[in-house]
Amino acid sequence: MNSFFALATKRQRGSQPSSSPHAEFPHDQTAPDEAAGDVAVATECATPGSPRGATAIAGPAAVASTTQAITMQRAAAAEEPVELMAARGLSKSYWKGKHEVPVLHDVDFEVGTGEFVSIIGQSGSGKSTLLHVLGTLDAPDSGEIHFDGRRIDCLSTSRRDKIRNRQFGMVFQFYHLLPEVTTLENVLIPLMIAEGVFSYWRRKREFVERATQLLETVGLSHRLDHKPPELSGGEMQRAAIARSLIAQPRLLLADEPTGNLDRQNGEEVMEILRTLNAEQNLTIVMVTHDAGIAAQADRTVRLFEGRVQLA
Amino acid sequence: MYKMLLSWRYLRTRYIALASIISVTLGVATLIVVNSVMAGFTREMNDRLHGILSDIVFESGLDGFPDAEWHMEQIRHEIGDDIEGMTAVVHVPALIRMMVRGEYHTRQINLIGVDKATYAKVSHFGEYLQHPENRKQLSFLLRENGYAPEKKDFPPSGWEHRRLRSAFEEAFDQSSTPPPPVVQAAHTEPAAPASDAPPEDPYSKTGGDAEAVVFNPAKEQHPGIIIGIALCSVRARDDEGEVQDFYLCRPGDDVEVIFPTSGASMKAANSFFTVVDFYESQMSEYDSSFAFVPLERLQDLRGMIDPSTGVSKVSSIQIKLKPGADLNAARDKLRARFPQNLYPYRIDTWRDMQGPLLAAVRLETTILNILLFLIIAVAGFGILATFFMIVVEKTRDIGILKALGAPSTGVMSIFLSYGVSLGVVGSGVGMVLGLLFVWNINEIAGLLELVTGQEVFDPTVYYFQEIPVQINPFTIAWVTAGAVLIAVMASVLPAIRAARLHPVEALRYE
Repeated sequence: MNSFFALATKRQRGSQPSSSPHAEFPHDQTAPDEAAGDVAVATECATPGSPRGATAIAGPAAVASTTQAITMQRAAAAEEPVELMAARGLSKSYWKGKHEVPVLHDVDFEVGTGEFVSIIGQSGSGKSTLLHVLGTLDAPDSGEIHFDGRRIDCLSTSRRDKIRNRQFGMVFQFYHLLPEVTTLENVLIPLMIAEGVFSYWRRKREFVERATQLLETVGLSHRLDHKPPELSGGEMQRAAIARSLIAQPRLLLADEPTGNLDRQNGEEVMEILRTLNAEQNLTIVMVTHDAGIAAQADRTVRLFEGRVQLA
Repeated sequence: MYKMLLSWRYLRTRYIALASIISVTLGVATLIVVNSVMAGFTREMNDRLHGILSDIVFESGLDGFPDAEWHMEQIRHEIGDDIEGMTAVVHVPALIRMMVRGEYHTRQINLIGVDKATYAKVSHFGEYLQHPENRKQLSFLLRENGYAPEKKDFPPSGWEHRRLRSAFEEAFDQSSTPPPPVVQAAHTEPAAPASDAPPEDPYSKTGGDAEAVVFNPAKEQHPGIIIGIALCSVRARDDEGEVQDFYLCRPGDDVEVIFPTSGASMKAANSFFTVVDFYESQMSEYDSSFAFVPLERLQDLRGMIDPSTGVSKVSSIQIKLKPGADLNAARDKLRARFPQNLYPYRIDTWRDMQGPLLAAVRLETTILNILLFLIIAVAGFGILATFFMIVVEKTRDIGILKALGAPSTGVMSIFLSYGVSLGVVGSGVGMVLGLLFVWNINEIAGLLELVTGQEVFDPTVYYFQEIPVQINPFTIAWVTAGAVLIAVMASVLPAIRAARLHPVEALRYE
């Protein structure tokens, strides 16, 4: 399995603590006075149409492209790592008719680069909602989310789409593979979304190779041309993990990844996640209701009725 | 990229959607067939109507107006630059009697006196005649033979037939009754020496006191008459079901024509004519009512020539304009020259005269188009419903795509391009079906006839041998484009709905 992790993320995340926006977003290094993330956030949120925001979410391919960026990364490595993602005072409630159903109350949450955090709670505790809000699938009623030093909860829809596509990987309880396309194509979908038609065709060979190798390392090389309904639950979840890794994300969000699997398949999936975290230093946020699964993470955050319970 | 992949996959795996566009396919095919057939009919009709009529008709009543030359001079003065040909015509309702198997067979006709030198120049008259020589130059003299070389079952005609028949009649008469058959003929003509010899004017020596001479039908003919082919033929199916024409008379036979004279006291006059050719425009209305005789002869018989001055009357002047000349402008100039309150003339273009018929065909085409497009619109609602179903069914996929970072526009374009492909496939197949149908319409009609036993297109009714079609690329383009547009419009609403789905709710959807 080790070769898999080398492939999964060619960028060496360990050497990328990325405390400074300069390191992560090499195109954004012109202004000398914008080191403070909050200043940047203020401008971004005030003017969501500014071109700076667009560079802030430049794809991973762009990140590693310039030697300058690498130099900056090495320089930044010396600094103390800060949180990759931080949420402050998140609140969220749903409306059922006229009744407000509060789900999250003033939740603070952060995850450091390379950390494996599990969020545990009973069903209805708001853990899935928290994950959705963190993953920009849903917007909080109040509070802020910072990713890599930038506030992301107030970005425009299209920029949040791009962040989800290029910076986050997502794994779901019900796998959520597209039933009409083959396993290989399912894994390739995030790249198809990221690239235009022509650039996709130009780099198709490279992408297919990457996807094939990812699928091989999760043990699905014999299932490339099978469609999801022909796969078992464990196979589907492994394919979903391969899909979440194809765009070389910096943060993996897993929503009950083992919730629908038997013990053995669940163990396999957890093994993959742990190895990813350990060997690739991939930051993982996992939601589960199973204390045994949650215990395999570096740190556990417990949610109870929409509030974070301290240990 | 994912948009193409997914809309292609949805297309391949959702045959119900294909079923929903069958109505689009059928609508497009029907529209193309209907428009092509209607255009074909219109073209044929226009050709024939225009072929029969000249461009502009300048006419007065049955009694006619005197001095055609002066009128022609005036017309030439008004629109001389545009004129290609002009001819004076006398027309009058008449009765024609022909002897068929010993019985008189009388029919009502429109007797038209034409100038053989100029009449063929203003209309397609010449083309509709049966003898190849008459098509080149009209003549009212009977030809030796060689009529209608295209018609296989055309009976022997001309002098050949005339000599044979008179010999037979003579023999028959001699065997039955002793008195010699003497026909009183006011005007007799010598036999044309040979079929292709230039006919000399048979009327130069008429007039004056014609003494009673014995008319020898084997060597002489009456003045020539060209009659509409449907007047003296019956189109029917024989025992084998083949369409066949049966002729009541043929070139070489004699007919009697009864018509009113002109002038103060109108009387019925009658005269014998020898059929010299048939007229076949394939417009049954004309083919069954027109008969053409020499102009001077008809004027003479009707008393339209002023004995003191020699000025003759005509009932209309037909004018043919040069190609590209403005028909309506020429007509308006003539109307200005001959105002209604001063002159009793009707001046119309051929379109004016056939206006009601052409307008009826146009109206029919328009209404059919509207109805068929309504059918396609109904099909559009079918597509709309099917698409909503598919969007609901694919809610989870939409959530997945959005979770993976697909923008709303991308999700929308999946369903829009799905709609476009369905529309293109539907109307494309419809177009091909329609064109195949049009190209093979007569074979299909034959097949239907075979299956149902019901005659689809009866050539004995329409006087067309087959169903005329005209494929108009522009019509096909707009029909196809309209159908694609309807399919796209039907997919817009479901696509917008898909784009608006909230990713979290879509993911939760079971």
